[in-house]
Amino acid sequence: MSLARAPLSAKLGLFVVIFYVLVAVFGPFVSPHSQSEIVGGVWEPISSKFWLGTDNVGRDILSRMIFGTRTTLFIAFLATSLSFSWGILTGFFAAVSGGWIDQVLSRWVDLLMAFPTLIFALVVLSIVPINMTTLILVMAVLDSTRVFRIARALAADTAVLDFVEAARLRGESTLWIIFREILPNTLTPLIAEYGLRFSFAVLFLSSLSFLGLGVQPPAADWGGMVRDNSLGITFGRTASLIPAAALAILTVSVNFVVDWLLDKTSDIRNQG
Amino acid sequence: MSNLLTVKDLVIKAQVHHPGEKPVAVTIVDKVSFTLEKGKVLGLIGESGAGKSTIGLAALAYGRFGCTITGGEIILHEQDILKFRGDKLRQHRGGQVSYVAQSAAASFNPAHKLDDQIVEVAISKGAMGRTEALKYAKTLYKKLGLPNPETFGQRYPHQVSGGQLQRAMTAMALASKPDLIVFDEPTTALDVTTQIDVLAAIKDAIREFNTAALYISHDLAVVGQVADEIMVLRYGKMVEYGSTEQILYHPKEKYTQQLVAVRSVFKEEKPRTKAEPLLKVAKVTASYDGKVKVVKNLSLELEAGHTLAVVGESGSGKSTTARIIMGLLPPSDGEIFFEGKRLPPKLKQRSKELKRLIRMIYQMPDVAMNPRHTIRDIIGRPLTFFFGTRGKEREAKVIELLEQIEMGADYLNRFPAELSGGQKQRVCIARALASKPKLVICDEVTSALDPLVADGVLKLLMRLQKETNVSYLFITHDIATVRAISDSIAVMYQGELVEVGQKSKILSPPHPPYTELLLSSVPEMRMGWLEEAISGRRMEAAGN
Amino acid sequence: MSTQLIRLILQRVALGVVTLFVISILIFLSAEILPGDVAQTILGQSATPENLANLRTQLGLDKPPLQRYMNWLGGIVRGDLGTSIVNKQPVAKLIGSRFTNTLFLASVSALIAVPAAILLGLLAVRFRDKWPDKFISATTLTAISLPEFFVGYVLILFFAIKLPWFSSLSTVSASMSLGERLHAIVLPCATLTFVVLAHMMRMTRAAIIGVLSSPYIEMAQLKGVSPFRVIFRHAFPNAISPIINVVVVNLAYLIVGVVVVEVIFVYPGMGQLFVDNVSKRDLPVVQACGLIFATVFIGLNMMADVLSIIGNPKLRYPK
Repeated sequence: MSLARAPLSAKLGLFVVIFYVLVAVFGPFVSPHSQSEIVGGVWEPISSKFWLGTDNVGRDILSRMIFGTRTTLFIAFLATSLSFSWGILTGFFAAVSGGWIDQVLSRWVDLLMAFPTLIFALVVLSIVPINMTTLILVMAVLDSTRVFRIARALAADTAVLDFVEAARLRGESTLWIIFREILPNTLTPLIAEYGLRFSFAVLFLSSLSFLGLGVQPPAADWGGMVRDNSLGITFGRTASLIPAAALAILTVSVNFVVDWLLDKTSDIRNQG
Repeated sequence: MSNLLTVKDLVIKAQVHHPGEKPVAVTIVDKVSFTLEKGKVLGLIGESGAGKSTIGLAALAYGRFGCTITGGEIILHEQDILKFRGDKLRQHRGGQVSYVAQSAAASFNPAHKLDDQIVEVAISKGAMGRTEALKYAKTLYKKLGLPNPETFGQRYPHQVSGGQLQRAMTAMALASKPDLIVFDEPTTALDVTTQIDVLAAIKDAIREFNTAALYISHDLAVVGQVADEIMVLRYGKMVEYGSTEQILYHPKEKYTQQLVAVRSVFKEEKPRTKAEPLLKVAKVTASYDGKVKVVKNLSLELEAGHTLAVVGESGSGKSTTARIIMGLLPPSDGEIFFEGKRLPPKLKQRSKELKRLIRMIYQMPDVAMNPRHTIRDIIGRPLTFFFGTRGKEREAKVIELLEQIEMGADYLNRFPAELSGGQKQRVCIARALASKPKLVICDEVTSALDPLVADGVLKLLMRLQKETNVSYLFITHDIATVRAISDSIAVMYQGELVEVGQKSKILSPPHPPYTELLLSSVPEMRMGWLEEAISGRRMEAAGN
Repeated sequence: MSTQLIRLILQRVALGVVTLFVISILIFLSAEILPGDVAQTILGQSATPENLANLRTQLGLDKPPLQRYMNWLGGIVRGDLGTSIVNKQPVAKLIGSRFTNTLFLASVSALIAVPAAILLGLLAVRFRDKWPDKFISATTLTAISLPEFFVGYVLILFFAIKLPWFSSLSTVSASMSLGERLHAIVLPCATLTFVVLAHMMRMTRAAIIGVLSSPYIEMAQLKGVSPFRVIFRHAFPNAISPIINVVVVNLAYLIVGVVVVEVIFVYPGMGQLFVDNVSKRDLPVVQACGLIFATVFIGLNMMADVLSIIGNPKLRYPK
């Protein structure tokens, strides 16, 4: 699989993802204003002074978008990485050990997944204080159940193959079996899944912020910006659509890349 | 008499698509021609990739997996069927030509009763009304020897056994009274003792209804029983085409001669000595769920440097026996001894040294090797793991092993997918022998290979046994292989040992009833074997 | 029906009930297990000790957790969902017509989305790998990547502001006729349908293609069965249970989507109430809403499994 022969959609998607990452990392250094500074009137249109206009209290939308990208991607990245490490570790462990360990872990995950993530998150967020740490933890814990299922299924499919049994018969350790025998054969779908989970995390965080239960003001993030500016829609002000569109472009791009990675071989998207 | 079917210069190409690359056209069938008269059977024989199934499907003007018929013509009843479209094509398929697939279990729709599927074509083609078609189906069930022909069709596919389902599919093919039936490996998935009955039923039925047939198989002995003429194919090209008698008794081409000869390997039986057996299985019983015993009270002995063949059909417990000895399934009762010492039942309890001394080779070399490891790593890992050999020393050892299996240093950096089936199995053998084991369990190691390739692998195994004095526990369903390589034989049936002993004793009469049945069911490379075997069986049944 | 089938169904139903029971414990105990003092979090840092003590008594925090859980569960079984902390009203009264409003919105969306998804799925399969399939696949791939609020606000911008056909606020009240109600929910319904449809259609397509690649379909083609008959007689009976599964799984998605959509359109449903009370940290209301959402979700999943058990001929006609 080489990038040069990838379809146009995948190349475009990868380009967008890299661009977003660059904005998140370096953007704040070149941002025209800070994220909370009031620099103009309410909902000023797009101009040479304010490239994306101003928001509901007169802050520069471009600057807020730059900081918002950093906040959103940072939280999503940490939450996904956490849920991935945890989910893959437990998922592989369950598949390779089998027996009661597998049973206990799998039933526990079944239970958590018998309940929509958003509803669960809302119940939890009504109790714990809402800040960056709790958001990351709540998202990571809830999402790791899905990663567990995928990782376990992938590992279980591989673990029954004769070459894994051959390694076991040779007396190889569980770590060797996980990292040298199973992981190389499940890497591509796992990377694809990481992409999917990441875009889901971005969407989920933005939904929470949109509901007012995510990133708390004055810090900027995409979902919160949609919420702040939503009233403007009724006056024909499209400020709230800018972060929404930025989010949509990112998730579409990630999906293009994932589709190419999976190359029709398996559609983990359709496994629930 | 005019020909029913004429195939002239048939060319079939397929688009092969490797991920991330442009598709390439590969020729699957290259200028194949033959004719078939009404009521006659033509056998198409060849190894995998010979294009025989593709030719069979072409008779229905059908191409699988992006195969397209790019040249030649197929004339049936003086019409070129490749020009048929729409309704005319559908009238042809199922009406004039019908198809019997290898796996009946997958080819019947699980959602409908057998009757409904079997009469579907006859009714939809307007050949018969429903009542008439059902009545005719019952005649067919009876003819094909299916139990309770009156009610048989009321069942769903999953309620019927594999051998019966294969016969039911033959009934489905016959139900629309076609002129030609394509049999695509109809008995390959069956056990030999089931195969013989299905084969006899098919033969009787096509004779009785005077239907012409294309009979596709990789097994020349099977084809020899039903075909009037045989065409030998290889790599999509015709090798030899003649009457069954000519092909079986006077083959002209070298390739055909090799196919007829079957096994060039034969091992002289080593006599038993008084020495302590290397492996001793003593009254072992085992089960997967704690209820159904898959192996019952099994006792076996194997001497150093000898080969013990464990033979049986599916469900005989022969593969379970391998798992028990390897420590993957601890027995519920009984013990195993290795070099006179008790072998711990669980893999976990066994020392590294024991794991080094007992190795295993699998049936499917494709899944027995990690597709992401190179041949160097696959053969080298046991060297590092068991002996701590690394670096240049390991490289030299791996090359030595590769040379032992008649491959060379060129293969070091390749991945399993870049090897042929035979080469893959050779690498698996090298991996097993790398740890200098005393016992190697070979689980159906030649079943997935074409006959000539299998022959080469068996030769290699025997040479290596001579060189290293390793013992083989050889698990197989194939009597020809057993004959070729074993010193002693254990026959198993439904988890129990039928008999065990030296090869010469087991293979010469008198036999216990099951061994008799098994041995007499193995197709022999001569005409008229099927009739003899069947009538022999009927006489026996009458005598009892 | 065979006894084996009935046993399987009963097992599945029992599993659903047990799951719901455990989930109810989780919802209730989340206040117990999670770090931090609930009363403190609810009242904030400026709370006086008397206020805190009062709230603790009101929440019953002075009693042991097991007893409180039993009281709570007992109340729910009798239809008493507890009392709101903020406005002291019974939770059941707060929920009132909101539950039926949400049910109305979700059902209308499902009534549109399900047939449309199956139809589009069949269409994509019929023209597999040709332009209609590629077009549908690309569109739905984009659609599943769009957040509900993006779709919702774009719809408002075009169909409520630029073209003043509908209101941006979906207000419904008890006095409205069915027609008026339907008109009021056009935009939220469209948003929900759009998002759910894409998922459902993609999964339907995959399910049908899975069935169509089985050997028995090839066999039917080789028997010269007409394409219509291949689809409806040979493929459909086997595709029906995967499709039912797809449909129900996506109806469960709808439940999540409905929360966000109600906030976008300020629709007086359960989702809106739920979110409001999470912000207000009105625990009894949040717990009641969470339990209701969970019940519907688990019920739907259970139904999907029961239907696919019934749809499987191997279970319906055992050996």
